[in-house]
Amino acid sequence: MKYLPLLLLALVWEAVVQLGLVSRDLLPSLTDVARAGWKLLREGELWQNGAASLYRGGAGLAAAIVVGAALGIAMAWWRAVDAFMGPLVEALYPMPKSALIPVTVLWLGFGDGSKILLIFLGCMLPVTLGAYNGTRSCEQALVWSARSLGAGRLRVLWDVVLPAALPEIANGVRTALALTFVLLVSSELIVARAGLGYLIGFLGEGGVYDAMFAVVLVVAFLGFFADRLYQRLVGRLLAWRA
Amino acid sequence: MVESKEPPVKHQIVVEALSHTYRPARGREVLALEEVSLAIAPREFVALLGPSGCGKSTLLYLIGGFLPVERGAIRIEGAPVAGPGPDRGIVFQHFALFPWRTVRANVRYGLEKLALAREEQERRAQAFIELVGLTGFEESYPSQLSGGMKQRAALARTLAVDPKMLLMDEPFGALDAQTRSLMQAELYAIWQRTPKTVLFVTHDVQEAVRLAQRVVVMSARPGKIKATVDIALDRADPHIYRSPAFAEKVDEIWNLVRDEAIKAQ
Repeated sequence: MKYLPLLLLALVWEAVVQLGLVSRDLLPSLTDVARAGWKLLREGELWQNGAASLYRGGAGLAAAIVVGAALGIAMAWWRAVDAFMGPLVEALYPMPKSALIPVTVLWLGFGDGSKILLIFLGCMLPVTLGAYNGTRSCEQALVWSARSLGAGRLRVLWDVVLPAALPEIANGVRTALALTFVLLVSSELIVARAGLGYLIGFLGEGGVYDAMFAVVLVVAFLGFFADRLYQRLVGRLLAWRA
Repeated sequence: MVESKEPPVKHQIVVEALSHTYRPARGREVLALEEVSLAIAPREFVALLGPSGCGKSTLLYLIGGFLPVERGAIRIEGAPVAGPGPDRGIVFQHFALFPWRTVRANVRYGLEKLALAREEQERRAQAFIELVGLTGFEESYPSQLSGGMKQRAALARTLAVDPKMLLMDEPFGALDAQTRSLMQAELYAIWQRTPKTVLFVTHDVQEAVRLAQRVVVMSARPGKIKATVDIALDRADPHIYRSPAFAEKVDEIWNLVRDEAIKAQ
C-alpha cells in the first residue's frame, strides 16, 4: 500500500507514451523497457555486469567500513591520532569524491582495482565520522566498569567502545552505502569494460534506449533493496536499544 | 639482600596526603582534593559523605585506579595503585551496564575475563543473578529494566568476580525512596554474608548512618576530610532507625555537613 504512488507513476509513464504525449525516442514505454530487461536477463548480460558491479561495490564498501571505523575510533581515543588525521579528514570530507575517478584510473587502470579504490576512498569518511562521534559519546563509566572487571586497555576498545559506537557507525554506513551506488555507477559510466554503469553507457551510445532504461531501473531497484536490507540488518543488530 | 621487614598489612586501603587537581578542557583548574589521608581496614564499611563538588567521587576514582595519582600516595594492601583491577569492584550511580548485553551477559562479563570454563561462568552468573533477586530477567536488556533492577544487575556483575573491595559511587542516588531503602537493606545483608571492604560515597546522611561503621565527612573546595565519626549501632535491631541513638548520630553528622552544604551552594 505504501508503494502505491510508485505504481501510479508507472501507470502514468505507460499512459503518456502510449497516448503519444511523449516521443518514444526520449522515453520508451514501460512495457518495452520490461521486455528489453527480460532479454538482458535471459542472455546473461545483466548477471555478468551485475556481478562485476556487486564485487566492486561490496569490496570497496567492506574496506571502507573496516578501515573507516578503525580510524574513527582511533582518532577519538588517542589525541595524537586526532591531531594528525583530524585536519586531513576535515579537509577531504567535503570534496566531491567523483573527482577522484580519473586519479584512481591513473593509478590502477580500467579494471576492478580503480573502482574498489574509489569506493573505498569515497565511502570511508562518513563511517570514520560516525565512529568518531560514537566513540566520543561512549560513557566513561562503561569503560571504567570493564577495566575494573579485568579488561585490558586495548580489550576495552573491542568490548565496550566499538559496541557503544555502533549506532553512530551504522548511520555512517548507511550514508556510505548510498554513496557506493553513486560512485560505482558514475565510475563505470566513465571508464570501464564491465558493470551496470558500463552497460547503461554502452546501451545509451548504441541507441538501445529501452534496454538502457531497463538497466537504470535495475540500478535504482538495487539501491532501494540494499538500503532496505541494511535497515533490517541494523534493526536486528541493535535490537538492544529500547 | 635485605629482607623486607614490612609490618603485616593492617589497613587494606591507605591514602596519604593525597591532592588532586581537576583540569577541565576549558575554564579554571579546581583543587578537587587537598592533603587527604585515610586508612581503611579489611571488611570495614566506610561511608564518604559530603556535598556535591567536595571531591568524594574523585577520591573513589583515584582509589579505583581510574585517575592518575598526582600528589600523595594510595596503597592497596601495601602496593601503590597502578590502574584499575578486579580486586576493587565499582558500582556507579547510573549503573553503567553494557546496554548491548543481556543481564546474564553483563554479569558474565568479568567471569569471561577470568578465563573460567563456560559452564562455570554460567553457573556463577546464575548464582549472582539469584542473589540480587533478578531470576526471570536473565535475558532482558538493561533498557527493559527499572532503575532498581538495573542497579541489582550492576551489583551482581561486580560481585560475580568476587572483589575484595567494593567502591560504590552514590549507588542508590538515582533510585526512588522505597527502592533505595530496599537496596540499602540488601547491600547490608550481602556485606554481612561476604567478607568485603566497602567504600560508599553518598550525600545522604541517613544512608551513611544506616550502613556504615564509620562516616568520613568531607568539606568542599578544596575537598578535605573534616571529621570522622564512628557509628556503633546494633544493626541486628530491625527498629534501629527509629531509635534515639540513630537520630542522635544523624543529627551529629548533619551538623557537620550543614555548613559545607551551605558553602557549596
